[in-house]
Amino acid sequence: MGKKPKQVVVLPCSGIGKTFGALARETAYELVERVRPGLATLTCLPLLVINDPEAVALVTENPVITIDGCPKDCAKKSVEAVGGRVAKAYEAIKFYKEHKDLKPEGIAEVNDTGRKLAQVAAAEVAREVDKLAAGEGE
Amino acid sequence: MDIQVVKVGIVSCSGEEIPEGTLCRLACRKVLDERPGETVTICLPLFIAGGEEERTFAQNYPTITVDGCDKLCAAKATEMLSGKPSKSLSIPEILKKHGLTPPTKLRHFGPEEDAAVKAVAEEIARAVDEVLEEE
Repeated sequence: MGKKPKQVVVLPCSGIGKTFGALARETAYELVERVRPGLATLTCLPLLVINDPEAVALVTENPVITIDGCPKDCAKKSVEAVGGRVAKAYEAIKFYKEHKDLKPEGIAEVNDTGRKLAQVAAAEVAREVDKLAAGEGE
Repeated sequence: MDIQVVKVGIVSCSGEEIPEGTLCRLACRKVLDERPGETVTICLPLFIAGGEEERTFAQNYPTITVDGCDKLCAAKATEMLSGKPSKSLSIPEILKKHGLTPPTKLRHFGPEEDAAVKAVAEEIARAVDEVLEEE
């Protein structure tokens, strides 16, 4: 019998002021709903801010990938603040820099082009999810 | 000379895990876009990840928190890390008051969710008016 795969927590930026925050969220949703459902999971970032026991346990007992929307790195810092270790930290702008033909727009939610970029980004992050779930890269 | 309050701070639950969180973000964003001269926001995790300027947000602005569930992250985090909010709104209570059903998806809101976004945004805008009147 094979080893049960771990869950991998994907935590996006919480911002409502920047396009790349919305891109980070869209990428995380793409991962947990479509690309790696059941394997990738997320929690509300503010739950870490208030030290919610369940959310803290989730990020301290599972590998965590953060996707931040700006250089303030709230997602990464919030995980570290509760004692979690971030296995891989992304800044969402990286995905746009690598795919300049897909310029995202929108702040609360990204436009169709942003959704396409999120699909590309999710495929890249999924490879990291798979590695972490297999116990690599920790 | 009296100091005039220029802007009201709005702190949104980001609730990435629940549909009400998305509703919260969209409604807060709508108010921020419609009333740019009177409102300002902060990303909630900046209370931890940011610097002194972010942590004094609720001391610098009368603040309205908007939460998507009974964990009340926005209200608790604001009070704990920045300052007591002037008002705290709850999405479930607003939806109940307006007889609206909670949204069921995390993203890509469309016409089906418009009524809920509008109702929550109106309640936030009303709270902004009340805070401005009180100050």
